[in-house]
Amino acid sequence: MELAQATPAHKIGMGGMLQSRHLRTKISHALLHVVLLVLGVTFIVPFLWVASTSLKLPGQIFISPIEWIPKHPRWENYAEIFTYLPFHRFVLNSFFLAILESSGAVIASTIVAYGMSRIRWSGREVVFGLVVATMMLPGVITLIPTFVLFKRLGWVGTYYPLWVPAWFGNAFFIFLMRQYMLTIPIELDEAAKIDGASHFRTLWQVIVPLCGPALATIAIFAVLGSYNSFMLPRIYISQTSMYTIQLGLQLFQGRFGNFWHLVMAASMISILPPIILFFVAQKYFVQGIQLSGLAGR
Amino acid sequence: MAATAISSPRPRTSRLQRREFLFGLLFVSPFLIGLMLFWLGPMLYSLFLVTQKWNMLAAPRFVGLRNIQYIFTDPLSGKAMINTAFYTFLGVPLHLIVSFSLAVLLNQPIRGRALYRTLYYLPAITPAVASAVVWVRILSSQYGILNELLKTFGIAPVAWLFNPPYTKPAFILMSLWSIGPQMIIFLAGLQSVPKELLEAAEIDGANAWRRFWRITVPMITPVLFFNLVVGIIGSFQVFTASFIMTNGGPQDATLFMVLYIFRNGFEFFDMGYAAALSWLLFCVIMVFTAIQFRMSNRWVYYEVG
Repeated sequence: MELAQATPAHKIGMGGMLQSRHLRTKISHALLHVVLLVLGVTFIVPFLWVASTSLKLPGQIFISPIEWIPKHPRWENYAEIFTYLPFHRFVLNSFFLAILESSGAVIASTIVAYGMSRIRWSGREVVFGLVVATMMLPGVITLIPTFVLFKRLGWVGTYYPLWVPAWFGNAFFIFLMRQYMLTIPIELDEAAKIDGASHFRTLWQVIVPLCGPALATIAIFAVLGSYNSFMLPRIYISQTSMYTIQLGLQLFQGRFGNFWHLVMAASMISILPPIILFFVAQKYFVQGIQLSGLAGR
Repeated sequence: MAATAISSPRPRTSRLQRREFLFGLLFVSPFLIGLMLFWLGPMLYSLFLVTQKWNMLAAPRFVGLRNIQYIFTDPLSGKAMINTAFYTFLGVPLHLIVSFSLAVLLNQPIRGRALYRTLYYLPAITPAVASAVVWVRILSSQYGILNELLKTFGIAPVAWLFNPPYTKPAFILMSLWSIGPQMIIFLAGLQSVPKELLEAAEIDGANAWRRFWRITVPMITPVLFFNLVVGIIGSFQVFTASFIMTNGGPQDATLFMVLYIFRNGFEFFDMGYAAALSWLLFCVIMVFTAIQFRMSNRWVYYEVG
């Protein structure tokens, strides 16, 4: 009897506890959503503000409180900035450089990573140490001497200083590719070798087809790094027709800084390509950053 | 490694080994050549430049250690170094705290995590120039949205970019906008904390607070260490924001080291002094990196195996 009574009572007790626990997680989740949403809005507000300001006239910008959605959006602002500076040219220059730089970085880094993960040779650990050390070196130390080097070569004023170094591989990309290649079973290479395949064929026909995600990740980071870079183009490029979008935006800000609506329209043109790239390839972005964190292990 | 253990000193094997060595070297040669051409060579050449007075037009003139001496008498080099250190040592810990907190919030089992992650990450892919151009206006004293926001709380407008004591905090605030990558690295670290460990502790009666501080935090110290080291190296080399937003002003309050190196090299064409300043910054960064590695064995927990 006692036992029979005790069991349902126990069950009710457990059920009540579970219910209150369930309610508690529900409330805490709701609170969490509020916090995350407020923070999310804080991060996104600058974008909304740029977009909104780019569609206004000066008279609509300098009023308080802010009118977030302009009643009469002025799309003409976007046409107007092209009459002052050739922004389409700047964007194309940026794309051209991004393609040259990223293809070099991807090809060279893949080849080097193969030598560091698929070929057994004494010394590859030393090279790995050098790669990791290079990742940690502050690039500022080479700023002045490489300028002198490129000046001697007659490369100042050309795109060469911006893309040629990429074709020697990038330490960070080499690191990512190496880590990825190490996860591929070595038996695949051995089978290829038995079939008489050279290292180059093994790389091209066995390894590269299996590295899709890693290749996509480093390609995206290379494109983004090239597109967003400012200091080196600022140092090496002086002719306006060769400007990248970042240089063009800086020039425009200097000349037309008082016209907020136009500067914001120009900023939108600079911001949109990376954002589109991000939404197309979000998975690889996240993957790449997570992998970069592995460098700490 | 297994191959070396098995291999006997027979000539056949050693010929194969030599072949593989040459192939290995061949495949990594782009990196090694690049290292010579764009790192080691320039660094050696930069050491030579330090001893020269050279404007890239007239012939370089040997001046011994005068460029290094000048660092200590030049008031701007000290100012630039202090500004950079202030920005780094206030900014980096804030970045770590905020990005780690965001990662902890996002690590909860709730719906819409991917959306929130996207919202927090987007600023990080915005080009530095565009974000500088936009933040000049966010921080504008008259119509900027930051002051508009403060107004709703009854706070008087602040001249963020024109009043020296406020400029560096404003820059740090702005840099907090793009901590997305650090947050994602922390999030990946949090997700790799073994579930069994947390469950075992829960069974042993440890509450959530204790589990967090005794298990989660120690387990992600390697990630924290990585973000700290990389964050400090990057922060010491801040350039674009101050170049575009304030050009070092007001009253040199945002004159950071790389901006000062840039000015000496590409505006005053004093290549020797610019090289000396680069070496100073390089050494400072390397010393702080070395100190962190030294101290890491006291607080960074690496799982064995």
